[in-house]
Amino acid sequence: MNILNLFVIIPMLTVGGILLTKDLKQSRLVSAIGMGFQLILSFVLVYLYLKERQAGNTAAMLFTYDALWFPSLNIHYALGVDGISVAMIALTGIVVFAGIFASWKMELLPREFFISLIILASGVFGFFISLDLFTMFLFYELAVIPMYLLIGIWGSGPKEYSAMKLTLMLMAGSAMLLVGLLGIYFFSSPDPHALTFNLIEISKAHIPIGMQRFLFPFTFIGFGILGALFPFHTWSPDGHASAPTAVSMLHAGVLMKLGGYGAFRVAIFLMPEAAHEQAWIFLILTAISVVYGAFSAIVQTDLKYINAYSSVSHCGLVLFAVLMMNQTAMNGAIVQMISHGLMTALFFALIGMIYGRTHTRLINEMGGLMKVIPFLGVVYVIAGLASLGLPGFSGFVAEMIIFVGSFQHTDVFHRVITIVAASSIVITAVYILRVVGTLLLGPIKNDHFLHLEDAKWYERISTITLVIAITAIGTAPYWLTDMINYSLVPIVQKLSSVQLTSLY
Amino acid sequence: MNLSDILTMRHEIVLSVLALLILIIDLNLHNRDKHLIIPISISLFFVYTLVGFLPADKSVLFGGMYQTNPLLVMMKNILNIGVLIVLLQSVTWLKQEANREKISEYFILLFSTLIGMDFMISSGDFLMFFLGLELATIPLAALAAFTHHQTKSAEAGIKLLLNSALSSGILLFGISLIYGSTGSIYFDTITQLYRNTPLQVLAYIFFFTGMAFKLSLVPFHLWTADVYEGAPINITSYLSVISKGAAAFILIILMFTVFKTIAPIYNHILYLIAILTMTVGNLFALRQKNMKRFLAFSSIAQAGFILLGILGGNAMGMTSVIYFVLVYIFSNLGAFGVVSAIAAVTNKENMDDYDGLYATNPKLSLLMMLSLFSLAGIPPVAGFFGKFFLFASAASAGYYWLVFIAVLNATISLYYYLLVVKAMFINKSETPLAYFQCDNYTRIGLVLSGVGIFILGFWSQIYEIINSLSYGILP
Repeated sequence: MNILNLFVIIPMLTVGGILLTKDLKQSRLVSAIGMGFQLILSFVLVYLYLKERQAGNTAAMLFTYDALWFPSLNIHYALGVDGISVAMIALTGIVVFAGIFASWKMELLPREFFISLIILASGVFGFFISLDLFTMFLFYELAVIPMYLLIGIWGSGPKEYSAMKLTLMLMAGSAMLLVGLLGIYFFSSPDPHALTFNLIEISKAHIPIGMQRFLFPFTFIGFGILGALFPFHTWSPDGHASAPTAVSMLHAGVLMKLGGYGAFRVAIFLMPEAAHEQAWIFLILTAISVVYGAFSAIVQTDLKYINAYSSVSHCGLVLFAVLMMNQTAMNGAIVQMISHGLMTALFFALIGMIYGRTHTRLINEMGGLMKVIPFLGVVYVIAGLASLGLPGFSGFVAEMIIFVGSFQHTDVFHRVITIVAASSIVITAVYILRVVGTLLLGPIKNDHFLHLEDAKWYERISTITLVIAITAIGTAPYWLTDMINYSLVPIVQKLSSVQLTSLY
Repeated sequence: MNLSDILTMRHEIVLSVLALLILIIDLNLHNRDKHLIIPISISLFFVYTLVGFLPADKSVLFGGMYQTNPLLVMMKNILNIGVLIVLLQSVTWLKQEANREKISEYFILLFSTLIGMDFMISSGDFLMFFLGLELATIPLAALAAFTHHQTKSAEAGIKLLLNSALSSGILLFGISLIYGSTGSIYFDTITQLYRNTPLQVLAYIFFFTGMAFKLSLVPFHLWTADVYEGAPINITSYLSVISKGAAAFILIILMFTVFKTIAPIYNHILYLIAILTMTVGNLFALRQKNMKRFLAFSSIAQAGFILLGILGGNAMGMTSVIYFVLVYIFSNLGAFGVVSAIAAVTNKENMDDYDGLYATNPKLSLLMMLSLFSLAGIPPVAGFFGKFFLFASAASAGYYWLVFIAVLNATISLYYYLLVVKAMFINKSETPLAYFQCDNYTRIGLVLSGVGIFILGFWSQIYEIINSLSYGILP
């Protein structure tokens, strides 16, 4: 039994188990056990992966599994991982596990909630382990149904509007993506009987430059809509603000990374010539995302909107770094995906916990919470410092690698746009510290808040898991960056060889 | 005629015998026992469906007027499964007081139309094709006016009859022009003689107009909403699924064999009509509140997607169209099944009455949601696979912008399908529809649709079988 198959089987078994439960207590227990297994499995995968590499296995993808599905179209159920996927799977495992505990008190239709959440998670896991474009797309779209239901039923505020907007915009992204994928398929081989959907085989082939110029925008924007590319990011603030806590954690933490990962693994990897030619357009757009997202966060008064715009900014940075197309910057992009995934999950969990106590998300109505709920306050400060890039946490590692890598380009355009994007660090500091100050320090605004309860045991599990992960990456990042670097080497080789030929 | 000929025509012959058998049984039953016709007819039809799956060879009868091959047999079998589900869903409605006198008429008329569709699919020349078409259409008008004392139903029947008569007339004129320019009505002969002369292109346009009426393509769709709304709901589901499916089948066969030489010309027409149909169908569906009109416009949009497969032009296009019609049958019948189950018990057909349905009838809501997502093309249900392969076949012919427009239309359609999901799952209601138990027939029908929606996608064997048969037919 291939270990990767377990990543899809365990969620299915968990969903089956939840169907047998009767109420909140049983369903959350089953979910916690199931996703706990998934978390352990993802760490086991990391360990096994590193062991394989140490043993000298130099294949591009490990733990591969291939089953022919539709022979006439050469569609396979093909699985495989490399260092980058393994890191993303670990991220997903941690965030889903933390999300289950953040939803410990979900009173409304708990069984349906946990079932939808786990189907969403299984779509994400499936996406990261797939090597076949059709299977990848199937898992990518699997998230659509649960997303709408999760925000529409269990959300707050203008939830129907946000759910509809989010679902339709993400479907429009899938629409563009489908065009791109079909184009890639039909040009994956000059022989019309040897077409393939397999990622690795297409990367060895050469798609004609004319089609690449047409398909690259479709594919990149298709993934970019999910990855908060300006100006297609507008689903994000409302979607994240209206979603329930665990859904915001999963969506901002993991689903938006699907966009960045897809842009990197499919758009740029398979169409490098067009990527080199058109990168400048998307660099401008992503730089705008980074800066505009940060500026928008400054003027927000609702905690969730601040975090949503902050996610737009950080995910924009991922796409920015991926477009730089050199080893260091892309390494930074992947670390940023993982780092921001953990940080934003932590933020949304905390916001959910604070909202559960104060019943307001407006920062002006709260103050001095550090005295009343010290545990949550301290964790919030840690999350904030990590987000603005304090050394010792993962945010610093990611951003430093990104900017060093981006600056390696010697031409004026790249350097200027790097400086523009780097200015977001300052803007981020502004909104983070402003929120921390208004929310946690100063006088207590409302007497009802004097008697708030501090974090319970399940909330502590949720937050401490994420803090440990952020600190581990921040203090000892080399195990992660080495793993990613190793898998980046063939990709970067392909990108730079293409660049050399295009110079002539 | 010897035994092998009878076996070749087994679909039509068994079905005719079935219809006559029901007529005779009906004549001999007392009034109070008329309801027994329902289990008798359904079980006999089930046996007939199984008989249809016996293996078949390629052969020709009546001097070339009737042809059959494994592909055509498979098309007929697909239609049979759909009709079986429609019959299962009709039982509750047939048992109502107003319909007790007319139970056998329902079955006989329905089977007559199915015989007509079978002949239409198996035709070897335009005369048999036209006979089948007329046989498929005229009883449908009677069925649409089944509850004729309700004015809407009578209106539906008249509209259907007049529109079909006009479009059949136009189609016949096109056929006469084909005969005039080629000298034959046999498909084989015409295939060799067809050229791009203006008269023959004109003939094609008239022919296509007649078929476009059956398929509800824009701008020949105006009858659809009113007829679907007025007719009894099970006739609506039959019209939207079986009638449309049969028209799609015969259209793609003729386009790929007889009219193949003018493909460069008709591709332009199809391109425009596909965009028009998908867009107009979607835009009008956005505003509908009556579930029957809602599903009518949604089915117009789905017909537009079918045209994308025809534009594919190769065997992959034919496979994707047949597969899509199969998936569409199950998805649409799932949605119609839920709507008809609710309408039969509560007489309510409006989307606003579906508010809060999940709280009282969770399984029905779930099946409705899955059927709607299958119609929209979202995984993991079969609709995703159907749409994906359809778009793939259009892309294989290079129509990338058309695929983009089509997927955008799928996104628009997702919006109005989500409106129903929103009503059932998210909207709160003071007076949701009360919990009710469906009777066994309806349950079997709903379970069949639900199971089909899941299996058709993941079990790749079905697509592969259709593919191998399509490759065998096309030259």
